[in-house]
Formats: sequence, C-alpha cells, structure tokens
Amino acid sequence: MADTPQSGPAPDVPTRLTTADGKPLKAALAKAQAAARRRAFLLVLPLLAFILITFVVPIGQMLHRSVHNEGFAVHQDIGSGVRTPIMTNLRDWFAANPQGTEPDEVAYEALVKDLVVLRDLKAPGQAGTRINYERSGSRSMFTKAARRAKKIEPPYKEAMLELDEDWADPELWQVMRGAVSPYTSNFYLAAVDRERDAAGDIQRVNENRRVYVTLFVRTLVLSILITAMTFILGYPIAHLLATLPLRYSNLLMILVLLPFWTSLLVRTTSWMVLLQSQGVVNDLLVSIGLLSDDNRLQMMYNRWGTIIAMTHILLPFMVLPLYSVMRPINPSYVRAARSLGATSWTAFRRVYFPQTVPGIGAGALLVFILAVGYYITPALVGGADGQLISNLIAFHMQKSLNWSLAAALAALLLAGILALYWIYDRLIGIDNLKLG
Amino acid sequence: MALPKHASTLERVWHYSYLVICALIFLFLMAPILVVIPLSFNAEPYFTFTEKMLRLDPEGYSTRWYDLLLTFGMQAPDAPRDGSWWADAWANAHWINAAKNSVIVGFFSTILATSLGTMAALGLARSEMPARRTIMAILISPMIVPIIITATGLFFFYSSIGIQDWGIPYLGVILAHATLGIPFVIITVTATLVGFDHSLSRAAASMGADPMTTFFRVQMPLIMPGVISGALFAFVTSFDEVVVVLFVGGLDEQTIPRQMWNGIREQISPAILSVATILVVISIALLTTVELLRRRSERLRGLSPG
Repeated sequence: MADTPQSGPAPDVPTRLTTADGKPLKAALAKAQAAARRRAFLLVLPLLAFILITFVVPIGQMLHRSVHNEGFAVHQDIGSGVRTPIMTNLRDWFAANPQGTEPDEVAYEALVKDLVVLRDLKAPGQAGTRINYERSGSRSMFTKAARRAKKIEPPYKEAMLELDEDWADPELWQVMRGAVSPYTSNFYLAAVDRERDAAGDIQRVNENRRVYVTLFVRTLVLSILITAMTFILGYPIAHLLATLPLRYSNLLMILVLLPFWTSLLVRTTSWMVLLQSQGVVNDLLVSIGLLSDDNRLQMMYNRWGTIIAMTHILLPFMVLPLYSVMRPINPSYVRAARSLGATSWTAFRRVYFPQTVPGIGAGALLVFILAVGYYITPALVGGADGQLISNLIAFHMQKSLNWSLAAALAALLLAGILALYWIYDRLIGIDNLKLG
Repeated sequence: MALPKHASTLERVWHYSYLVICALIFLFLMAPILVVIPLSFNAEPYFTFTEKMLRLDPEGYSTRWYDLLLTFGMQAPDAPRDGSWWADAWANAHWINAAKNSVIVGFFSTILATSLGTMAALGLARSEMPARRTIMAILISPMIVPIIITATGLFFFYSSIGIQDWGIPYLGVILAHATLGIPFVIITVTATLVGFDHSLSRAAASMGADPMTTFFRVQMPLIMPGVISGALFAFVTSFDEVVVVLFVGGLDEQTIPRQMWNGIREQISPAILSVATILVVISIALLTTVELLRRRSERLRGLSPG
C-alpha cells in the first residue's frame, strides 16, 4: 500500500506527503506533537505531584473523616497499634432487629457484654465520646457503666436502668445504632442542624441547638456585605487610577499595593488599635465633639469589627481587577456619548459602566471567595457575633475535638467555594488573575 | 482627569467631591499603616495618641517597646550592653528566635515553591500542554481554599504519616508554606511568559544553541523579574502565615506571626505595634523591589516605554 519515494506515485493518485526518511508526514507530525506534549507535561509533573501529595491528598483524607468515624466500632491501641473491633454484640443485635425496635433483654445483654470488652480495653471513654458527639451527657454514662460492667447480673435491663435511667432513652439507642457502623452521614446532618429521631427519620434539632445554619447564613450575609463594601469603595479609586496619567496613577497605586503587601496580622492589629473603645477613632470623634465620652462606639469584638477590617483587607483584590479592566477603556467612547448630547451621568451609566462589568465580576467573585473562608480577622476582632464558619471549624478542631463534625463543616464550605472557583474559572479564567 | 473648561457648576461640584471621596478612600486604605508607626514609639503603654505625642513633645516618644523586643526572654536583660549582652539577646530573646525561625521556614519554602513553580509555569505556557486549564486550576487552588481547611487537612495528614518523627525540623511547615506560595509563583511567572516572544528561542536554536543554552541565555534573563517577584510573594506568604503553623508546627517552632498571634490573643502590648512597624518597613522594601522588577520586565519586553 505505502508509496515509496523511489517508485513514484501514479499520476491520478494524490501524493502522500512523507518526511525525508519516508514516514508519512501525518504520523511524523503526530509523533512530534506527542513528544512536545510529553515535554510540557514533564515540566509540570513535579509540581503537580507535590501539590497532590501535600495538598489534595490531605484534604481528601480530611473529607473522608466527615463520613467515617470508628470511635464506636474499632479500638486502636495507641502503643502497639493493634486494632480490636468493639461493640460487636450490639452491632449483631442492631443487624437482627430493624429500625425502631424497642431494646429488649437481649439488647441489654449485648450492651453489657460490650461494656466488659470496653473496660478490658480501657476504651469506654473513646466509645462514650463518639456517642456524646450526637447526644450530650452520654460519655459519663459509658464510663460509669463500664466500671461496673463485670458485676452486672441478669436481668440486664433492670440492672442497667438502675445505674442510669437514661439507658432506656430511645434517642441514645438511635445514636448507638448509627455509630456501630464507622460510615455515617450523621455529621453532615449535624452540620445543617438536623438529627435522626428515635424512628430514624430526619428532623431539625432543638431550637436552642440550632447554630450551624445560622452561622452559614451569617457567613454568607457578611461576605456579600463585605463584597458590596469593597465594590463601593474600590470602584471610585479604580476609576481615578485608570483615568490619571500613568506617572500619577503609578504613585497612587502604591497606596493600594502597600496594604496588600503588609502582613495580615499587622493590618488586623492596627484595626484593633483604631477601633477599640479607647482607640484612635473613638478618641477623634470625642475630641471633635461628635460623641460624648461615656457614649463611645463599640466597633470591635462584634460584627462591625469583622466587616470594617475585612473590607480593608480585601479591598485591593477588588481594585486590581477593576483597574486592569478600566485602564484599556478608550475615553473617546464617553466623549462621543457626551457630544451626542448625553449628560455625564447618562454617559457613565450607558457607556462607561457596561464596559467595566467584567472587572466587577472578577473582583466581586474573588473577594467573595476569599471572604467566605476567612479565619484570622474574625477570630481576632469579631467577638461573639462576628465569627464566621471557619472559626467554628477551628473551634471543633481545637476545643470540642469533634473532628468529624469539623470535617463535615469544612466539606460543606469547600463545596461552596469550589463551585464559585469553577464559575470564576469559566467566566474570567484562572490565568487572568493578576497580582499588582 | 482634568476638568474641561466648559464644565457646568454641578459638574465642577461633583468633580471636586469625587476627588475628596477618593482621598478619603485612600486614607481608609492607609490609615492602619499610618497609625501603627507613630504609636509604636509611644512612651506610655496605651494604644492611642497621648497629649504629649500630639504636642510633639519628645518625652511622649520612646523606643522602649523596640527595646522590649530585644530583652523579652533574655536571661540577663539588665546587664551592661556589651558583647555578652548581645550574645544573650541573640540566643534567648523570644522575638529574635521567632525571627530566625521565620526566616528559615520562609527561605526553604520559597526555594521549593519557586523552583517547582517556575518549571511548571514554563510547561503551562507551552501551547502543547495537555489539560492545561484543569491543571492550572489545581495548582492555583491552595490560594482559594480557606486556610483553615488546608491546615485541618495537613494536621490529620502529618499526624497519620508521623512527620514529627522524621527528625527534620520545620519540615511540615516548610512543605505547607511552599504549597501556599506556589500559586503566586505560577501567576507571576506565567504573566511574564504571556508576552514572551517565542521567535527569540527559535532564533537561538537556529544559531545552534542547544535547549539548555537557549533556556539559560535567552529565556531565563527575560523571565527573571517574574521569577523574583514570585519568590518574594512566596516568601511574604510564608512570613505572614499563622494558621498552618498553629495547627502543624511543633511547640518550639515559634515564628513571628505565631508570636504576634499569641501576643494579640493574650494581652496586646505596644510591643506588638513595634513588630508591626518593622514588618511594614519590610513590606515597603519588598514592594519597591517588586515594582522595580515589574518595570524592568516591561522595559525588557518592550511593553512600555522607558
């Protein structure tokens, strides 16, 4: 089939192009392109591997924790690393009896046997903690019952109820039913203020325990507010910078870039200095007589602190994209509009503003994405009602040690942010991100 | 922005009020920095301007908080200030040790981020790069993902692989900070490569330069400003990072931001403001460098005159 250069093609057959060494040109080109692709990819590969190992894998591992908690299913000895299944009798009973069965004597017998195992492994605290995440006050019941487990005689149900009446609580049994399997969706339910009732149906938690949805909503509202504030403050100065001659605008740009380069902690600290009730802003207002001395504004350790400081910190992320869109806008369009009789407001609204919309989109999305996940500033100046969802994740990581719940909250936050990031990449393109 | 001669009164009023508004916004941007610097020289332990300071009375100012930075944690802070006093400060002062740790972590994470990031940016800038968009999105994501999520993930990951027992100090923090700095390197280096004229490389190749020579003699000098800017960004990111250090750093891995964080949370003293001032001076120096580099790069690539 293959024509060789020596034989020469028949006059009516189109010539097949070949390289000097006789390979079909198409194949040679494909090979060369594949090699170029491989070379390009090899340059990226080390970094990609690095990011996968030090970033993607750890986050994936953490997300796994949000659906997997074996505190009530397996005990791992800290010293030797030996893993022992626990609560096996109870698991069998749950498997044999459907959702909503009243725990009978057999169930209590299984429970007591498991408690004996727990005591031998010195693990009642671990198992109790796992139940405690979903039903507070359970941990002490487990440690107390395990201490006496060996002495408990049949009838088991009566003996257990004598120890603590709460052992008959259907909610407790529901939680234990969920916890004997290491895989659970209950942490996600808890993260949106839901739980399973005794029959296993999903319901909202008690009103006084509904915190997470409120906090998600607050994070959303504050982030929108902060994005709007950065837009209101950023638009005029971006416009000014874009219309001034370069040598002036480069100088003024330093005023935007310097805060951008200054340490986040430094800026947060200085806002604390400015905003506290004996601070510079209040002193100034008092000394010019706008405020009486005993009536100082409380601008910090509440949500105002969070809003003011975060608006300041995120403002450059709004100004820079706006500026890069505004700079190339040709001023003759506005002049043309004016010469055709538009007032300056109409010319701005109908001609200039529409051209800046891409910049607004880019800046607003970026500021919003960064604001939603903010941690340091709210933690330092936010007080109780200026905390965002990140602060709650940190609380569950460091204080309450309910890591699975922290992971579930983090997963929800991450899902939202990745969705926005995807939109950003589609609309603006991640390679258009500029830093000054 | 000059006002045309035919502007109406209303336009004049609006124009000047617009300038005033802009001035106020610039003031808002600069206020925190402007306030911190003089207050760090306060003679009193307050966070507001005392009357003496406002009268510009030299007695209202002092460098006692800067002095405290040196002496805090020293064994014999009141000894005469000779060679052994300075040796004591160098070895024992908490802030100096924090600064040493910060520089070590910042240096190694910057090297890591810059070398890996520059290589990847060179690959990403090639038109043949497969799945360019997706890979770019993954590489930039450490900048977008909330720091608390990164820190939480690393906390579990490091404890599961037992990185503390590997015997390399700061390793966990350095790897984490390199990850956080990489997006900045990628962004700045790809920005310099966007306007890169590939016929220069081809010209070098046609004159017989091998790929290595072409890279080091032609490409490298042109992208160098971007690489250095990226490195400075990566360094600043590490130098300013506190959450990851809090989560995965060992107890003795005290860095400047961590020390500041503790200081702010426990009892905030004007010494924090003097640290802040020093950091502001450092950022001014870095910003100036980056700006000069950017102009040099634009000049080299012929993007802007002079």
